[in-house]
Amino acid sequence: MAEMIPTRDGFGKEIVEIGKTNEKVVVLSADLEDATRAEYFRDAFPERFFNLGIAEQDVIGTAAGLTFHGFIPVATSFAVFMTNRAYDMIRMDVCYNNCNVKIVCSHTGVTVGEDGASAQCLEDFAIMRVLPNMKVICPVDSLEAQKATRAIIQEEGPMYLRTSRAPFPLLTKASDPFVIGRANVMRPGKDVTIIACGLMVYEALQAAEILMKENIDAKVVNMHTIKPIDAQMIADSIQETGAIVTAEEHQANGGLGSAVAEVVVTTCPVPMEMIAVQDSFGETGSPQELLEAYHLKSADIVEAVRKVILRKTGNRP
Amino acid sequence: MSVKEINIEELKARALQIRKEILIHLNLAGSGHPGGSLSAVEILVSLYSCKLRHNPQDPQWEGRDILIISKGHITPAIYTVLANYGYFPKDELKTFRKFGSRLQGHVHTNVPGVEFNTGSLGHGLSVANGIALGAKMLKKDQRVYCLLGDGELQEGSVWEAAMTAAHHKLDNICAIVDYNKVQENGPVNEIKNLEPLAQKWKTFGWNVVEAIGHNFRNLIEALNACEKVKDKPSVIIAHTIKGKGVSFMEGESKWHGKAPNDEKLKEALAELEQESSV
Repeated sequence: MAEMIPTRDGFGKEIVEIGKTNEKVVVLSADLEDATRAEYFRDAFPERFFNLGIAEQDVIGTAAGLTFHGFIPVATSFAVFMTNRAYDMIRMDVCYNNCNVKIVCSHTGVTVGEDGASAQCLEDFAIMRVLPNMKVICPVDSLEAQKATRAIIQEEGPMYLRTSRAPFPLLTKASDPFVIGRANVMRPGKDVTIIACGLMVYEALQAAEILMKENIDAKVVNMHTIKPIDAQMIADSIQETGAIVTAEEHQANGGLGSAVAEVVVTTCPVPMEMIAVQDSFGETGSPQELLEAYHLKSADIVEAVRKVILRKTGNRP
Repeated sequence: MSVKEINIEELKARALQIRKEILIHLNLAGSGHPGGSLSAVEILVSLYSCKLRHNPQDPQWEGRDILIISKGHITPAIYTVLANYGYFPKDELKTFRKFGSRLQGHVHTNVPGVEFNTGSLGHGLSVANGIALGAKMLKKDQRVYCLLGDGELQEGSVWEAAMTAAHHKLDNICAIVDYNKVQENGPVNEIKNLEPLAQKWKTFGWNVVEAIGHNFRNLIEALNACEKVKDKPSVIIAHTIKGKGVSFMEGESKWHGKAPNDEKLKEALAELEQESSV
């Protein structure tokens, strides 16, 4: 079993490293820096850290204002509170004004666990990616979270970075590339492409192992950038495999699967299935219990792959 | 600038000219917000003539003070004022609210002199705080002004920002409330009363100055006084009249967001002319 680290740790660690050389980086918190790991930055650079209290709308507006003097504000909180509560501020102050604000949120997906539905953000991809100018990123592991943190600071413009509370298996190496908008192939294959992000890449790789035994050769793609989606990777995957399954710890409506489907239907429609939360809120439970209950496990991906393979070969079930 | 140095007659003439142009361009556009535009004219003229360090030839000049328009719907006033102070040719005002124009319905940074896009209420003060905080971090001598509507103070986000400014001792901030007492669907005190308004800001840790928002002497004295206050943010509660200067618009919520037709424009301009000749 791979080493397990929450992606929030990757963010927390890297933002401190960046802060050492980039004095323009300022971190804002809505009193959850202990949970988002922004506390590492608070402790390293107290003069460039502001906990504005439990006031997400104010955090986003203040962040937009800080960009006037060339600061690069990183606004942090739980994803539910930031993306939902402060949505109008993200839309108007950050996106409509095209401000160089970075929004980094932890506590996403059902793997938030015992805190239950109110803390489990399942709609952030959908509501962030619909905003013009916004880019949306979900790293696969803590190492990629470090690279993503560096990338969002380096690249100008509004960015949303999703991190996790739950430990994710380490799947990448330090030498692996990370470019915003360019997906990474985790495993080649010729029969079907599983396009996943975050923790679900691990589940997809597990599924691919199981499918091997059925002589189904699955390609696995880590689509770490939900927007701008890597349309070329999707087009290539359609060509190579002729069937697609997406997997995400997010609502089926409007998330990664929808973003992929938008490309598929306008490129070359092929059989497609989406593994995601089906229009419901989460609940209390352990991360593993919830992944199973909401059909977000490798077994569910395997089932979806069987369906698209049947459709692809013309054998409708 | 001290009050003694100010030529009040000149400011009044400017305000009158701006009022007329606001109405003319609202009429040309066929839509827009006269009420809150007319109530803010003296506030804006005081700022641009006597207070803001600004350079219309170089709107992005590093040494400028910042004005954030939180009540982003008063574009008739903002654009007319900016054109009158030389930020862009007055002729362009004819394109206000027309497709393809820089002069968008709500304030937009396409227009030289506009610092931030607004239009959704309750946003400006947090943004102004961010600018003021940044200026403090850089030890930069810069004042940040934020023009707020009164109905807008019903947005909770304004009070989040009010707490932040006081907590971080942002004495380089000066908020100005255009307290014209009327919002889209009626009197503010009937819809959701703000009173005791001065007390609210005081309790939130602000230095509060009340002023008659159509009296230049009064406004400039208030702005000067706020500049001297250290360690706390300041707010000027400017008591104004919605639709000021046009009797049939004054205090009328129906003129919050409706442009005058040709007949009403003629009537309004005649009244303003008469007033100026008195």
